[in-house]
Amino acid sequence: MIAARSESIGTRLSDMLWRRPAVLLVLLLLPPVLWLGIIYLGSLFALLLQSFFSIDHFTGLINYRFTLSTYAELFTPANFDIILRTVTMAACCTLASAVIAFPIAYYAARYARGKWRAVFYLGIMMPLWSSYLVKIYAWKLILAKEGILTWALEGLRLNWLLEAYLSLPVVGGNSLSVSTTGTFIVFVYVWMPFMILPIQAALERVPGSMLEASGDLGARPAQTFRHVLFPLALPGIVAGSIFTFSLTLGDYIIPQIIGTSRLFIGQAVYQHQGIAGNIPLAAAFAVVPIVIMGLYLWGAKRMGAFDAL
Amino acid sequence: MHSDRAPLTLKLAAAGGLLFLHLPILLIFVYAFTTEEKSFAWPPPGLTLKWFAVTWHRPDVWEALALSVRVAAISTVLALILGTLCAAAVSRTRFFGRETISLLVILPIALPGVVTGIALRSAFSLADVPFSTWTIVLGHATFCVVIVYNNAVARFRRTSGSLIEASMDLGANMFQTLRHVIMPNMATALVVGGMLAFALSFDEVIVTTFTAGQQQTLPIWMLEELVRPRERPVTNVVAMVVALVTMLPILGAYYLTRGTDQVAGQGK
Repeated sequence: MIAARSESIGTRLSDMLWRRPAVLLVLLLLPPVLWLGIIYLGSLFALLLQSFFSIDHFTGLINYRFTLSTYAELFTPANFDIILRTVTMAACCTLASAVIAFPIAYYAARYARGKWRAVFYLGIMMPLWSSYLVKIYAWKLILAKEGILTWALEGLRLNWLLEAYLSLPVVGGNSLSVSTTGTFIVFVYVWMPFMILPIQAALERVPGSMLEASGDLGARPAQTFRHVLFPLALPGIVAGSIFTFSLTLGDYIIPQIIGTSRLFIGQAVYQHQGIAGNIPLAAAFAVVPIVIMGLYLWGAKRMGAFDAL
Repeated sequence: MHSDRAPLTLKLAAAGGLLFLHLPILLIFVYAFTTEEKSFAWPPPGLTLKWFAVTWHRPDVWEALALSVRVAAISTVLALILGTLCAAAVSRTRFFGRETISLLVILPIALPGVVTGIALRSAFSLADVPFSTWTIVLGHATFCVVIVYNNAVARFRRTSGSLIEASMDLGANMFQTLRHVIMPNMATALVVGGMLAFALSFDEVIVTTFTAGQQQTLPIWMLEELVRPRERPVTNVVAMVVALVTMLPILGAYYLTRGTDQVAGQGK
């Protein structure tokens, strides 16, 4: 009796929802929208708000009055250097990632069949999903002075080459693990897998007959690549670059563990909020990647990159 | 012409790229057995199993692991609920602001982690929220939603609407349809989404440094060891175990979705 009654309540409720889909929609959307709206957008708003406050340099307390002076601090030479360095690094990493990712994506999209498809799928996914810190740690082992790279170069009698490279300004340093080159290698290693899948998705839509037609019409492989394959892959490359660029822009752990003492945006954010307690300046620094990514996404959208995601 | 044979240079470049991705991780497995304590010397002077026993008896490692598992489990459950609801709404109907909702879901992983981290941190500081396990969960659940959402949306799209209408025409109400028709269809997609969300949360460090206060999740423990090394062999062992554990979800996801056109784990 009770079961029949509760079932009829269920049926009645279900009938009501079926007749009013708007109520069902609101019920479905309410929890996620409330969560993301309050916790996430609310926090972003708090961040934005903090960036318009300033810190009193004598007392170290936050001055809760609207001001643009914190943003002005971003343009002091030292801080602007940090922004410039980070953007340059993000651009270099994106470029290098595209170069390394393209052959993998192209092979996976066009030639990998049957068993090899699975090999490529797992070969791309496992590094993508394996632990971020473990990947960084692995490179600390490789790049250390007593590590495997030095050992291999000594075995090949090529260590003079490494010495010569490390003595260069800007990219060099005491050892690779405390040089900008080291930071660059690890950034590329950690974020490159994010580039492969969008390029692969874009290339899978290129019919093989189109490439053959290009060859039949007399184009050399390099010309086919330049005029047919690359333009068609470009939206995928741009889509992938959104990830590599954004992730490099905001990372503060890689340059902290492998690299010089020169700061990146993420490190500046972390240090200003932590040791210095200067949350307004940290917030203003955090707004920089948001603005850059906003511009980047706007440009990418105009190139049709989102269809490749 | 010979379109099914790849040129040699392409083969070499693709193989080289994949080796570049995999060799460094394999190195971790060798270092876990090295007898060397003070440096990262290669080749390892000797091999031993001693460090596994040492690590086993370290309470700080166990505590960090327990916290990580707890946070990841709660975040996964929250993400499963929120992500599935959102996916159901977005894929079943078209409504004003639908695009905005998808953007809102993707935003936490589209923006750099440091932005999400400092945003939560400044919100906590403005609202005077003390750090706890729950502040970590708040951050993790927020960026895990998108993983579940992506998997669920893809599956909802492939579940034909007429199946649901047929069930209701045959007299099942909405809840019976949910229980007997929709859920069995969604099950693997949700398991995959849940596993990947768990993996993402288990490994997250950037947002966590801003929301954890004094507590240590396993990634924070590892970060401490990387910045200020205390006992390298223990770090080696933990790194190997973490590398193994984070591989399991993607293998599981592959196993559950093979044979479908769905590519699991695409949006990390």
